Amino acid sequence: MVTKKFKKVLALFAVAALTASLTAGCGGQSSNEIKLGANLEMTGSNATFGQSATNGAKLAIKQVNAKGGVLGKQLSLVVADNKSEAAEAANAMQKLITQDKALAIIAPIASSSVIAGAQVNMDNKVLAISPTASNPNVTVDPTTGKVRDFLFRAAFIDPFQGSVMANFATKSLNGKTAAIYIDNSSDYAKGLGKFFKETFEKNGGQVAIEEAYLAKDTDFKATLTKIKAANPDVLFVPGYYQEVGMIVKQAREMGLMMPILGGDGWDSAKLPEIAGAQALNNTFFANHYSPDDNSPAIKTFVEAYKQEYGQTPDAFAALSYDATMMVIEAIKRANSEDTVKIKDELAKTKDYAAVSGTITLNEMHDAVKSAVIIEMKDGKQTFKEKINP
Amino acid sequence: MESFFHQLIQQLINGISLGSIYALIALGYTMVYGIMKLINFAHGDVYMVGAYFGFFATTVLHLSFVPALIVAMIGAGLLGMFIERAAYRPLRDAPKIAVLITAIGVSLLLEYGGMLLVTPQPRTFPKVFEAVTYNIGGIVVNSQQIVILVVSILLMVILTYVVNRTMIGKAMRAASFDMDAARLMGINVDQVVSFTFGIGSALAGAGGVLVGVYYNSIDPLMGIMPGLKAFVAAVLGGIGIIPGAMIGGVILGVIEALVSGFISSTFRDAAAFGILILILLFKPSGILGKNVREKV
Repeated sequence: MVTKKFKKVLALFAVAALTASLTAGCGGQSSNEIKLGANLEMTGSNATFGQSATNGAKLAIKQVNAKGGVLGKQLSLVVADNKSEAAEAANAMQKLITQDKALAIIAPIASSSVIAGAQVNMDNKVLAISPTASNPNVTVDPTTGKVRDFLFRAAFIDPFQGSVMANFATKSLNGKTAAIYIDNSSDYAKGLGKFFKETFEKNGGQVAIEEAYLAKDTDFKATLTKIKAANPDVLFVPGYYQEVGMIVKQAREMGLMMPILGGDGWDSAKLPEIAGAQALNNTFFANHYSPDDNSPAIKTFVEAYKQEYGQTPDAFAALSYDATMMVIEAIKRANSEDTVKIKDELAKTKDYAAVSGTITLNEMHDAVKSAVIIEMKDGKQTFKEKINP
Repeated sequence: MESFFHQLIQQLINGISLGSIYALIALGYTMVYGIMKLINFAHGDVYMVGAYFGFFATTVLHLSFVPALIVAMIGAGLLGMFIERAAYRPLRDAPKIAVLITAIGVSLLLEYGGMLLVTPQPRTFPKVFEAVTYNIGGIVVNSQQIVILVVSILLMVILTYVVNRTMIGKAMRAASFDMDAARLMGINVDQVVSFTFGIGSALAGAGGVLVGVYYNSIDPLMGIMPGLKAFVAAVLGGIGIIPGAMIGGVILGVIEALVSGFISSTFRDAAAFGILILILLFKPSGILGKNVREKV
């Protein structure tokens, strides 16, 4: 009998506790603080991207807070880890919007992860801006062809990045034939591969061979042997640094000495660690910005970042800083905490002088801005050339 | 035509070096299955832990390749024995399905426990010896591939010797034949099982270090795919049969290389698991397996 009674009391307590926690969850935005969310790759295979991006966003918020914040309130950043996985990214988006009540979200780095969470943003009418997701489908729903109202990016898109590298391959490297080796599990890599091919063929080049791998693969030698037999002038590998590092390493070991090209997924300090500095010579990739660029905006940003974190900011840090600043500007212009108004103002961003260049958002919510080509020399990134849209 | 043969030979070399790693992992599966009739799903994760032992032995203790390999083998071996003692022995008389589910549990524990302890970030394995590439008439062979092959063969020879020529090996064979009869003959079966787990796990640990050195990158989930592939290799060669695991591993590696080289790399994994389905359909006992009727 005693135990039965005890169980009843326990159940009562449980119900009480549950109700309490539910009502606590409804508290929402505290009055003297504006919360922004960051749904980023803090762990997993793209971890260096997410960590840089978090640093960039935090720096932006710190600088704005030091100047008095926005709407008379201080800003804060809630970071949710999406573990570099698309499914986790959708969960993290849900959490940031419904539990943390963030006013706007810095969306994941990887296109697949932004797309996975896009519906959550649309349903809840809270905007998400990805620093670097460059697949067109991030802001445009491919099934309906309509722009996703609440999704934005601070980056140029894959068609631009792919064609920049194709032009570089034909004009600067004098390549006539190319091999394309893409990550078949990534929307980003597939997009870059497609647009590289289009432009390269338009330039009179020929794509000799197209191959694919899957994320987390470790052995690429069989496919590289096949590519070697096709003997292309350039090899285009638009993947992420983890696999790209191993591909470059194994390609050089197999005696593939041609230039290897890629996109912004290469931008990581881990790349030389995995591939080896020697193997990376004669490789080039498109990027959003280079810390070696001499523009005053970049110099000021690089100095502030170095002072805060003791390292040189990569493109993810710079773009995330830009994305956060664009959102803060939009909140200022909206002069309200209404998420729909903030979204409308962000869409109007024009000629915004950001670190990574002058940004205008077009009607597809894509940033129109310049790209740089980085050359790897003895494991170090060096600024090769700048290409305007 | 000449370039075709060039490619073929190159793909065979690629496949054999990949296959010898599958073989090392498959040996552990097969030995444990031979004695306990248990598919130890945690085996691929022991391989991962072995890679991390090797990583810390070289980065923290600054050991060179061979001592690091030995440290990793001992570490992985002890882990295997501990897993058997803690998770499987209490279930010795439980239904097989209970043990199987425990094995999956141990596997998840190692993967996500590993994430907690060493973070999910992939780590770069330090360069323990210089990779020299030899170019023989257009065929490229890497010194690391040679090391992998030599170490694998050496370990397999030692294993064959232990199983066929020593007292404990005799006890293992007896226990595999009939555990109850072996116990009646005065064999300490618990000790034999423990030893089997130790040896199998040590081999997986060696595989982990070799892979770390070869591919230069390790992470807590690295054991999942090779673990499954090694399981396919063990079934292909005939599960429970030691030479079968070696043959199965190499064949699987070569098939993967040929499929990605001559058909498409996207079909590679499909081919590996397609083979598993075909074997189960046509020769469930594997290449070296004999058809044994289950006693009812």
